[in-house]
Amino acid sequence: MVVERVITIKNKQGLHARPAALFVQIANKYSSEITVAKGKQKVNGKSIMGIMMLEAGSGSKVILTANGDDAEQAVKELEALLSSDDIEESVI
Amino acid sequence: MTDPKLIKKKEIILKGIPASPGISIGKAFLFGREQYTIPRRAIKDDQVASEVNRFKDALMVTKEEILEIKKRISEEMGAEHGQIFSAHLLVIDDTMLIEEVVAKLKKDKLSIEYIFQDVLRRYIKVFSEMDDEYLRERISDINDVGRRILKNLIGAKEDMLSNLKEKAIVIAYDLSPSDTATMHKKNVIGFATDIGGRTSHTAIMAKSLEIPAVVGMESLTRKIESGDMLIVDGTHGIVVINPSSKTLRKYEVGREKFVEFEKHLLELRDLPCVTLDGKKIELVANIEVPEDVASVLAHGAAGIGLYRTEYFYMNRKDLPTEEEQYRAYSAVARRMKPSSVVVRTLDLGGDKFLSQLDVPKQMNPFLGWRAIRFCLARPDIFKAQLRAILRASSQGKLKVMYPMISGLEELRQANAILEEVKRDLRKASIPFDEEMEVGAMIEVPSAALISDILAKEVDFFSIGTNDLIQYSLAVDRVNEKIAYLYEPTHPAVLRLIKSIIENGHKAGVWVGMCGEMAGDIVMTLILLGLDLDEFSTSPIAIPEIKRIIRSVTMRQVKEIAQEAILLPTGKEVDRFARKKLKEIVPDLAVEVE
Repeated sequence: MVVERVITIKNKQGLHARPAALFVQIANKYSSEITVAKGKQKVNGKSIMGIMMLEAGSGSKVILTANGDDAEQAVKELEALLSSDDIEESVI
Repeated sequence: MTDPKLIKKKEIILKGIPASPGISIGKAFLFGREQYTIPRRAIKDDQVASEVNRFKDALMVTKEEILEIKKRISEEMGAEHGQIFSAHLLVIDDTMLIEEVVAKLKKDKLSIEYIFQDVLRRYIKVFSEMDDEYLRERISDINDVGRRILKNLIGAKEDMLSNLKEKAIVIAYDLSPSDTATMHKKNVIGFATDIGGRTSHTAIMAKSLEIPAVVGMESLTRKIESGDMLIVDGTHGIVVINPSSKTLRKYEVGREKFVEFEKHLLELRDLPCVTLDGKKIELVANIEVPEDVASVLAHGAAGIGLYRTEYFYMNRKDLPTEEEQYRAYSAVARRMKPSSVVVRTLDLGGDKFLSQLDVPKQMNPFLGWRAIRFCLARPDIFKAQLRAILRASSQGKLKVMYPMISGLEELRQANAILEEVKRDLRKASIPFDEEMEVGAMIEVPSAALISDILAKEVDFFSIGTNDLIQYSLAVDRVNEKIAYLYEPTHPAVLRLIKSIIENGHKAGVWVGMCGEMAGDIVMTLILLGLDLDEFSTSPIAIPEIKRIIRSVTMRQVKEIAQEAILLPTGKEVDRFARKKLKEIVPDLAVEVE
């Protein structure tokens, strides 16, 4: 099963180190293949390096794709993370 | 310490970025992380599998090491510091990195160390070119993990700070989180590094360990030898190598004062800044980065009187974007709300310039193309900053001020650009504070002398004493030979300050001061007596100044100021001011002959 969503990053820190780390930790819980794309760049959603290299700041649009049995659930949880407007410093 | 060789060495004073406040005095320990040299070695087809295994083993060992450090740090310093290493663990487990290394190994057939280093370097290069400062600073995380993996791959020993035998100030090009994590806390009494910003791990760790630290010293490691006597003043970002006995004494007094006032801090923090007869004085702080706000609040400042913005332009190749500045200004505005924050527009030039702007070398940089002169010549840069400030003004109470105004035309030009930016914002329906106050820094003698004229076109003045003194006394601040001439108490300086305040008040404009003098306790009584409305100092000086202000009446200080302004020399003013201060607040650590 392939699930895809276009998401605008709302949290003010962007998908930078702290939120990126959380993103990767969540992504790694799922067996689905997860990718994140911004513009022409597409990276492995389970890689912290990849996510950070996207430089997806607050307000940027990314395409989140999951491919696998738990794709639906994975996208749901990751989307919730990216759309919340405050990922505070308490997480990583 | 008594080694005669050391005593003969010349005193050198160097300036960096203050990272963690306090003063420490001690011997230098030069911590050089060795660079691993990894030869390019070809491998045979049948060695690929064993190389991959070596890599996986090294990753596992590294992971255990980091888990161990993380555990220790979490126990010693709290869980949030341990979290830094969670990011490190993610790097080790990074699928993209591992896959890339393995794929490259199979393709290139070179030793795993070589391949790994190569891939790592590429990642670091990508990160170093990023726009975002936070991401750029992650290079040190990646480097730290990468070095650990490399070390385990080649079986090198760790050069840790954990076996430091005696108390020392650690000097390094850079300190990684694992260096600071494994160092022997009791024996490290301070540190100073060549690189690093105020948000780097070194700075954060130093602050939480309450060890004085200075970062961004550039070439410090090349100027120091292990065993050199050192002073690290983390409050002001100063390192003194081989201090003279006079300097040593000065800093010993400073160190005591620091400890003393840390103690009184809490008592004073929540008390209002009023004189005994009820006059309220604005006692506010100078900051450089949003992270400083914590210290501002901790020291009980009533707002921010100088938010320096040069920091955005330092240590980078590109120009900061409007968005990046907006984020920082609005974060500060929100946290300080309802208190006000005075943002100073870009004050580059003099002793600080930018590599990315390709500015030609100037014979007299302090008299040259700098501050507002530079901004008016580069409206693209100026407008981006003004837009960011205006946009952020909707989030709290911001004020803006221009540095180095020398005449009315400059002020009018700057204001015209500000109006233009406001028009653009209105057109785009972007909210901003229409009532935002605009001020001029008065730091050039010409501006001081025509402050009556300038006052009609601003909402406030802020006196920048460092430049005002240097320009009016014609003393180059950087030249040691004439340092004795740099006298804040010089009668000419006092007269200028008096007339700026009077001219401001005549036009209904409030007058503040954001230079060093505002934080100099020797000057507090006189400035108060001259009717200064606002004192803006480094957060650390706030409690002391507040205490002085709370100990006097306006009548008292007016008399003191009147007497001081009639004294014929700076030395006499200084002596008089110290004597009065000692009378009024006897237990202050101020030297009186």
